[in-house]
Amino acid sequence: MSAREEILARMRRALDGAGPAPEAPREYRRALDADTDVVELLIDRLVDYKAYVHHGIESIAGALGEAKRVIVPADLPAEWRVGDAAFIEDEDLSTAELDTADAVLTGCAAAVAVSGTIMLDAGAAQGRRAITLVPDHHVVVVRHDQIVGHLAEALPRLDQTSPQTWISGPSATSDIELQRVEGVHGPRRLDVVILPD
Amino acid sequence: MSTAFPQAAKVALGMPQLRSNLAHATGTIRAKRAKVAGELDDWEQLRSAAAAIKADVQRRMPELAVAFERNATEAGATVHWARDAAEANAIAARITREAGADEVVKVKSMATQEIELNEHFEAEGLAAWETDLAELIVQLAEDKPSHILVPAIHYNRTEIRDIFRNRMADAPKGLTDDPAALAEAARLHLRRRFLSAKVAVSGANFAVAETGSLVVVESEGNGRMCLTMPETLISVVGVEKLLPRFADLEVFMQLLPRSSTGERMNPYTSVWTGRAAGDGPKDVHIILLDNGRTEVLADEVGRQALSCIRCSACLNVCPVYERTGGHAYGHVYPGPIGAILAPQLEPGRHDDLPYASSLCGACYEVCPVKINIPEVLVHLRQQGPHQAGEKAAMGAAEAVMARPRLWRAALGAARFFSRPWRGRGFVRRLPWPGSKWTMSRDMPVPPKESFRDWWKERER
Amino acid sequence: MSRIGLFITCVNDALYPQTPKAVVAVLERLGYEVDFPRAQTCCGQMHANSGYRGDATRLAESFERVFGSYDAVVTPSGSCAAMARDQYPGLIGSDIGERVYELSEFLLDRAGVDDVGARFPHTVTYHPTCHGTRALGLGDKPLRLLRAVDGIELVELPEADQCCGFGGTFALKNADVSSAMLEDKCRNAAGTGAEYLAAADNSCLTHIGGGISRSGGPKPIHYAEILASTA
Repeated sequence: MSAREEILARMRRALDGAGPAPEAPREYRRALDADTDVVELLIDRLVDYKAYVHHGIESIAGALGEAKRVIVPADLPAEWRVGDAAFIEDEDLSTAELDTADAVLTGCAAAVAVSGTIMLDAGAAQGRRAITLVPDHHVVVVRHDQIVGHLAEALPRLDQTSPQTWISGPSATSDIELQRVEGVHGPRRLDVVILPD
Repeated sequence: MSTAFPQAAKVALGMPQLRSNLAHATGTIRAKRAKVAGELDDWEQLRSAAAAIKADVQRRMPELAVAFERNATEAGATVHWARDAAEANAIAARITREAGADEVVKVKSMATQEIELNEHFEAEGLAAWETDLAELIVQLAEDKPSHILVPAIHYNRTEIRDIFRNRMADAPKGLTDDPAALAEAARLHLRRRFLSAKVAVSGANFAVAETGSLVVVESEGNGRMCLTMPETLISVVGVEKLLPRFADLEVFMQLLPRSSTGERMNPYTSVWTGRAAGDGPKDVHIILLDNGRTEVLADEVGRQALSCIRCSACLNVCPVYERTGGHAYGHVYPGPIGAILAPQLEPGRHDDLPYASSLCGACYEVCPVKINIPEVLVHLRQQGPHQAGEKAAMGAAEAVMARPRLWRAALGAARFFSRPWRGRGFVRRLPWPGSKWTMSRDMPVPPKESFRDWWKERER
Repeated sequence: MSRIGLFITCVNDALYPQTPKAVVAVLERLGYEVDFPRAQTCCGQMHANSGYRGDATRLAESFERVFGSYDAVVTPSGSCAAMARDQYPGLIGSDIGERVYELSEFLLDRAGVDDVGARFPHTVTYHPTCHGTRALGLGDKPLRLLRAVDGIELVELPEADQCCGFGGTFALKNADVSSAMLEDKCRNAAGTGAEYLAAADNSCLTHIGGGISRSGGPKPIHYAEILASTA
């Protein structure tokens, strides 16, 4: 018998006579209170994670700071390419090329205010996963209409089977005495630019 | 009946630095968890939903495992099945060789710790490099993890600095014990390895049946590196990690980060489904692991242990774990969850672990998936072997207590024979096994007049 | 008025007559008539939690025989009440545990009383015992009763929710870990400077008291005895 057949047979034997489980109670929240200012809440949570927050297209240049070589996905809106940096479109750039870039500029798929989470799903203006990982500085643009209060509101907005990265602040570790330290292997600096609709 | 735990615990209790490191770390994380769990006014509803979803996963495991396999395969992954550790390790080693590699980078994974993949790779002449900071510390120290989430919780910053200085060839000169400096040293040490690795090995926190997706929850970005940069990805996933639907993440991704690191959300969560053109590994393998899980599934009471999402909240609140650390448990899963999981995964080998608990219930109170750990502990005690002497004593006690007249006679005898100590009020030294009590506590002496005597007198 | 059966527990039967006497005093002061069935022995918890299911089953059956006819069973032990409520359904298929009340549950939930007319002019710190607090869900019920006592000064116990390390046979099987837990509990108790350490379970108090007897600290007392006091 193959491992597959044997494991499935063991499962069926283990469950012999077990019957179905009762329906899961789903009485938890799926949204925040209607009067919540989700933009303000998102900003609060991002700052708590030691991310930097900016407002409006014009602030993108400032968010990029001193970066000279900035990776962008090929479909990044032209009007976001603000400032003096060289914007290098990702056309299958090598790892070494990504590693020598100063920053990466992308959009996102959704943002969850209550947990300060920005979600990428490889959709428009986001590119492939490596470009938001190798450069040490990630600048991400979030439009107001992409911000939701609650995780349950964000999940339906994602392309479920595309590669996703949910980002909540810069890379961090708590492995030494449970003390949080920002900046390990992922981008050590995260700047979030919020655009009104 | 094994006495490995009490003995190992005694050794650990004699290590003041270890006790102080553990008390500090578990105290910190307990406070963080309580704060962020308290922020959600629907925490109890989330726990109930999670428990019920996991119970459903257990009841429908064959169906969900097959659905996961089908959907992952359609998305371009290759799904393998492994009955036990040896089979899983052999599959992972073969894929690594076929990819033309002799080393892998690893995302922190309890499943690969459980199957001892690193040791197996080493025996086969392959190298497996841990990339999670705490796993790296443990690997450099040639030690074993002592905590599910923070494997190096038993070390403090100074000890970690010394491990880096002595064992990490490229450790920066003048490295201090500042956690930020230590994290920077790990970044430099691993960066070249990440960017050049051909094969990565991961586990998964969740496996979504409906889509064939895997989910890895992490903080440092080492996970993203391993899941994104290499050509080949091998994920070892216990069959209990299944979730029916993608939308179920709305429950578990609220509970897991808040229960484990005490954060509203962990810095990075990766979700992938098979292969994606031009994005990440081109060769994606998933090894579905049994390794004792279907045995656990067969136990109606014990199977709830398969609901565990490895958050380690139960370790952090456990008064026993806090004082002994993880190594005393002698298994990759320590603490309360280990005390119910290890004896079930490896029957007959950890029969002292269900007793490594005062049944205080702190674990059940914080468990995000509501595993009734005290209930399973008692259940396992009732299944397991007993020492002959203890069994006889318990049987004798029951024989007396089941007969009210005998019981009253026994109480009368105790009052009579304890008269010499009554003036003092307590006994300082009892013979064995009472000596186990009086090693650190006095024993009170039965009273001159019992409640029964008083009641009888009063009724007259 | 309903028939109340008093379950004094085996520990009190053997060692602490003053606690069930105090329960009788409090209940009678409130106008209840209390019955003490002499055939009672033990709830079976020690056997069940040590893994002796057969022995525990026989003791549970005996409990059911002795107390089955009462409308309410009152006991000064959160742990024994939890045993009946949590484990009897699985052991003997009985829901008698629904009618077994830890004293504070009976007073607050059934009698609707929080001031039992006690006076106790002393400083007291309170240890919430694990089974009472967590398994039975007593919360702060005993404390609510204590707060209403005339003259009492309650002092907070640091790390109160930490187990004292008793755990039945745990104290013997893992004596070293148990002792380490006890040491911390005794240190915290002594640090309060209180005269008394109160709790809802004399088994835990035997453990903590046995430690304090050596290291010094507040005198252990079951909270029922404080409620009975009118001094």
